Amino acid sequence: MLGERRLKELADGILARSTADQTEVVVLAGDTYLTRFANSTIHQNVAETDTEVRIRVVLGTRVGVATTNNLDDEALESTLENALSIARLQPENPDFKSLPGPQPLPDYSAFSQATAACTPEERAEGAGAICLMARDAGVVASGALTTSVLEVGVANSLGVFGRFSTTRAEISTVIMSDTSAGYASDMALDVSELDFEAIGREAVGKCLQSQNPRSIEPGEYTVVLEPYAVQDLIAMMTYTGFSAVAMQEGRSFMVGKIGEQIVDPRVSIWDDASDPRGLPLPFDFEGVPKQRVDLIEKGVARGVVYDSYRAGKEEGKASTGHALPAPNSFGPFPLNTFFGAGDATLEEMISSTERGLYITRFHYTRPAEPTKVVVTGMTRDGTFLIENGKIAYPVKNLRFTQSYLEALNHVEMIGRDYRLLSGMGGLGGTVQPALKLGGFTFTGATEF
Amino acid sequence: MRTLTDRALNLAKVQGASYADIRVIVRRTQGITVKNGVVEGLSDNESQGFGVRVVVDGAWGFASSAILTPAEVDRVTALAVQIARASAMFKVHDVDLGPPVAHVGSYRTPVEIDPWDVPLEQKLDLLLRAEEGLRTTPGVMVSSASVALWREEKLFANTEGAYVEQEIIESGGGITATAVDRQKGEVQKRSYPNAFARDQRQEGWEAILSMDLPGNAPRVGEEAVALLSADQCPSGVTTIILDATQLALQVHESCGHPIELDRVFGTEASYAGTSFLTPEKYGSFRYGSDIVNMTADATIPGGLGTFGWDDEGVPAQRVPIVRNGIFCGYLTSRETAQQLRDIVGDTAPEASGGAMRADGWNRIPIIRMTNVNLEPGEWEFDDLIADTDDGIYMEMNKSWSIDDKRLNFQFGTEIAYEIKNGKMGRMLKNATYTGITPQFWASCDAICNRDHWRVWGTPNCGKGQPGQSAHTGHGTAPARFRDIQVGMIK
Repeated sequence: MLGERRLKELADGILARSTADQTEVVVLAGDTYLTRFANSTIHQNVAETDTEVRIRVVLGTRVGVATTNNLDDEALESTLENALSIARLQPENPDFKSLPGPQPLPDYSAFSQATAACTPEERAEGAGAICLMARDAGVVASGALTTSVLEVGVANSLGVFGRFSTTRAEISTVIMSDTSAGYASDMALDVSELDFEAIGREAVGKCLQSQNPRSIEPGEYTVVLEPYAVQDLIAMMTYTGFSAVAMQEGRSFMVGKIGEQIVDPRVSIWDDASDPRGLPLPFDFEGVPKQRVDLIEKGVARGVVYDSYRAGKEEGKASTGHALPAPNSFGPFPLNTFFGAGDATLEEMISSTERGLYITRFHYTRPAEPTKVVVTGMTRDGTFLIENGKIAYPVKNLRFTQSYLEALNHVEMIGRDYRLLSGMGGLGGTVQPALKLGGFTFTGATEF
Repeated sequence: MRTLTDRALNLAKVQGASYADIRVIVRRTQGITVKNGVVEGLSDNESQGFGVRVVVDGAWGFASSAILTPAEVDRVTALAVQIARASAMFKVHDVDLGPPVAHVGSYRTPVEIDPWDVPLEQKLDLLLRAEEGLRTTPGVMVSSASVALWREEKLFANTEGAYVEQEIIESGGGITATAVDRQKGEVQKRSYPNAFARDQRQEGWEAILSMDLPGNAPRVGEEAVALLSADQCPSGVTTIILDATQLALQVHESCGHPIELDRVFGTEASYAGTSFLTPEKYGSFRYGSDIVNMTADATIPGGLGTFGWDDEGVPAQRVPIVRNGIFCGYLTSRETAQQLRDIVGDTAPEASGGAMRADGWNRIPIIRMTNVNLEPGEWEFDDLIADTDDGIYMEMNKSWSIDDKRLNFQFGTEIAYEIKNGKMGRMLKNATYTGITPQFWASCDAICNRDHWRVWGTPNCGKGQPGQSAHTGHGTAPARFRDIQVGMIK
């Protein structure tokens, strides 16, 4: 971590030396520790310290980016020169308008000293607790416990300067027997909020409950999805359609649908980086304050997220504060996504189901047909048949091929309780409840 | 640099390490993307650092840093030792690395044209011309051309006396055309020379020139548009012929991953999963038909999985994986090689097969595919089509998914053609096929010959926690499979 003073000195030094029309400096500094376990022992245990400096320069409308993690003056000078020479040699890009100007940035704390100070011994104790629980139960634990500190600084020649630091602690575990597996995970700013024993109990319980699964025929089933599985619906819809780049390239399922009902009116999905139920982030990687964006509101397609480049391609649009570090082939990206809760408990979802499947999570999902969000993937780590309102028995894992949009038009119940889960890229997260959906299509099965 | 590496290794030993190694890496990459007539992204990136891996009290620890100074080497080494001691709090067995590794030498990827010697204007000119060619056919909504260049200089040293220096150079490039029918809400895509933006080789700029991106661009754009009005791939059980690029991904997912011995032994269970190729199957399990032969080869020129030594200092090797359909080999590390011998005895090799690689200075080595190849067969491609009465030819991956033991899979391709009475006929879109790995490979009854065989690059294989991306190679030629379920998208 550089701290505000040193980070500002570094950024100001580069901005002062740059001969570009516009210049941006993004600093990403992090200390990350991960304790990994398998076969109920700690088998990989790693630490990393890095500081990346990203320099973006603009000459007219020609943009060049060069990055380094060497903070020597000579290296920073050479990286700046590299960015300038890259920019000089390009043709003009008429789609590029400008780097963003300064705006007031929110100031809130998303930092835990306990996480920052967590020691290798403390991480080992946390992972070890789950390992011992598995050994006692005659099953096998694997998983990972991560604690990290990240510092982000953004400065540009138009006057933007922002710095924030944040912490993150995550635990996930897969517990296995010869015939079954169970999964649980949790995430928080503060490592002392993670209850390793509760996570271990959840996953061990699921593993024991799903031993000796029976084969079941693929087909159409009502499904009760735990939040781990619901997260995949958000992830796939985000990946295929919630970014302005997907809209502008004509491949988003939201194209031509803004203002139209596309899913059940009880479904609302939004991105809000200020909500403390997620892991808050004040601004994006261009220094633009993050705004709440309603993606789907009561089933109606409302909008997508923008960065300054994508906003510049549309009249009247402004960045919503969702830029990733430039250059960025993913486009603007929501990092703090919420799926609105309902009022049902998991028990109510099960007891109201005559015949269906209870699914803990999905695995290796991929969009097979992105414009309709047709996704294929497997169930994993705890799949059960529900009959007459009760969990009847565990079943072997199934492959599904299903349009998530269509599935969200068959919502039967939405869960009352949220779960915070890690999102893409190690920043932010998703917050989602459980869901009960009618008519989910399973197209294959596997042997376990 | 030797002073720093010796400092780390000596300090580790003094602090109680029974083994230590250090990697020092400087990685430089350049990425250029031209999209819809403009340069959308152009960046030059450099990352340097070192990582120290130790065994203390019989357990592993690793720490890394971007700061290359003696004081930081001391701090990081001590941290690695502290982390190892924390790991040992819950150990069950001590780490066993087997015979010592003490090779000394150097290796550099042979290149004709160093990609960093090519002027930027030349690279941009090639991409702009290629991207413009994609838009020759009206209806192409997004046209994209890109290159990705890579140079990694790495130094490996360990407490057993190994000291190897390597320089790996890669060049990747490709074009993609996306066509959109707004009325139907349909999107179709075509790529060249490989799926998902590029093929990549351990070669210099000559690899990009050999792709002839501008020459192929008009065809790629035409096919993307033509797919919009093509018929949907029918559903049913039929014969399929897969082109070499799709087969490369099939090999990667259904062979390359399940033969990673660390997966087999459960060390990846918390993320990507385990493997159905458990040790009792070693040497006897029927993986595929008699004509199926697969090899893991880290020596093959141009492959993304090629090197001089792996990241444990073990020399690059050629390892048989499947012989005449029978499973006979794993991708191994020093530790897993010993574990395998403990289970199956002397039929397993004495030492590591050299498959450990780390994604950078800040990651530990884990078992990664080298170049996992389906050996060529006997057929000419035209003869294979002519020999097929009724089937579907599928080309270029579009989607992929497989279960966490690597059994049930489903793939989709960008384009397909119906085969009727030995001739390729109508174009088909949204083609998919599904199967169970050993049943699928058992149905392989023809593989094209060496004239149709080449090594393809997969530059983005994800594994491990924290996540690592590996560059792997897969040599394949088109092949035929019988009685396969197709058409999963209605």
